[in-house]
Amino acid sequence: MAVLVSTTINGDNVEFACEPNESLLDVLRNRLGLSGAKEGCGTGDCGACSVQVDGRVVCSCLVLGVEAEGREIETVEGLAHGTELHPLQTKFLEHAALQCGVCTPGFLMAAKALLEKNPDPTEEEIRFGLAGNLCRCTGYDKIVRAVQDAAKVMRG
Amino acid sequence: MQYEAPETTKAAVGLLAKAKGSAYVLAGGSDLLVRMKGGFVEPDLVVDIKRIKPMREIKKTASGFTIGAAVSCAEMNENKALIKAWPGVVEAAGLIGSKQVQSRCTVTGNLCNSSPAADSVPALVAAGAKAVIQGPRGKRKVAVEDIPVGPGRNSLKKGELIEAIELPARKGKSGDAYLRFIPRTEMDIAVVSAGVSLTLGDKGVIKDARVALGAVAPTVRLVKEAAKAIIGTKLDEAALEKLGKAASAACSPIDDKRGTIEFRTKVAAVLAKRAAQIAYKRAGGK
Repeated sequence: MAVLVSTTINGDNVEFACEPNESLLDVLRNRLGLSGAKEGCGTGDCGACSVQVDGRVVCSCLVLGVEAEGREIETVEGLAHGTELHPLQTKFLEHAALQCGVCTPGFLMAAKALLEKNPDPTEEEIRFGLAGNLCRCTGYDKIVRAVQDAAKVMRG
Repeated sequence: MQYEAPETTKAAVGLLAKAKGSAYVLAGGSDLLVRMKGGFVEPDLVVDIKRIKPMREIKKTASGFTIGAAVSCAEMNENKALIKAWPGVVEAAGLIGSKQVQSRCTVTGNLCNSSPAADSVPALVAAGAKAVIQGPRGKRKVAVEDIPVGPGRNSLKKGELIEAIELPARKGKSGDAYLRFIPRTEMDIAVVSAGVSLTLGDKGVIKDARVALGAVAPTVRLVKEAAKAIIGTKLDEAALEKLGKAASAACSPIDDKRGTIEFRTKVAAVLAKRAAQIAYKRAGGK
């Protein structure tokens, strides 16, 4: 039987009904039209579905939709302010830190969480911080450079 | 599937005890939801314990630390007092999965999932941690090494759940450490692992020690012979040699794609020795 859930997504109050065994990822994509988070593996290994729940980055495929009750969710759709991109988004574009783009929303959300905790990470810290996100196109180097550059901008 | 998120331990136990069909506790979900997704389990009831406030807290008490069953490993790694007292336990907890998994996974879940390769378990066993179990017949405490009974099987009875893990208070010069071997640099499952906790007496002589090994037997193993090998010593070469031999002797591993019996048996000795050296140094020994 579907359960009614009341939550906050990117600052907006949102209500939805979902099955108790439905993942937050499926709720976001199939019920709320927020298709930024991607399903890569569905088992928490690839990070393509990364979102923040109450300020912590998680794999939304490993969260039940019903768990979102009363929580604050942030998705990649909330990164930009209107037409103004987040520095991470700008730098990913400038450094061409993506090819097919499936991993990108997850990398952006994981990088955002990393920089919120550690505004000036070393390359090693970035690589460890993003180890839960897999990219099969770039070889990671461009992603690391983009995050370093974005961190610099964000530190001001 | 029915999903419940009770706000008290009593309510959670009540739900689990009267459940008909299969009932599962949900903490971080990094094991349960993967198994559900793969079709390996089809729960009739899932009891989410994250709304139970005491289970979300790390408490420092006179007798040590109480880590609520729903405390994430990321939260453990942000608790300065816990890191200071039990660095080995915290670093073991911090090795489980990615940052995303760290935000959710718990040491209680790691313990209940009962994988022989569970990273936090050897460190908890070495630390002498206790599991506080609540059930229909009340509360009981057991040593963490008595929770796993085989790969994927634990000793909890119907209606029971672990509400917290208790770590003893640190007295005098003490230190602990955890090491694992993985073929990558991160995000992998232990091929072999070792946890060591020790306390020093006068002049840097070890007066108390516990050694635990992971991924070398069906369950994480407390190796008393290995502890005996270093108690009463200053962790000199001879003591380390004996420790390594005892660690290898305690291994009964499997051959699989991640490591052979021979490799695991040999590396268990290496890791036990290195973890003991780190723990000794952390305890203030030279």
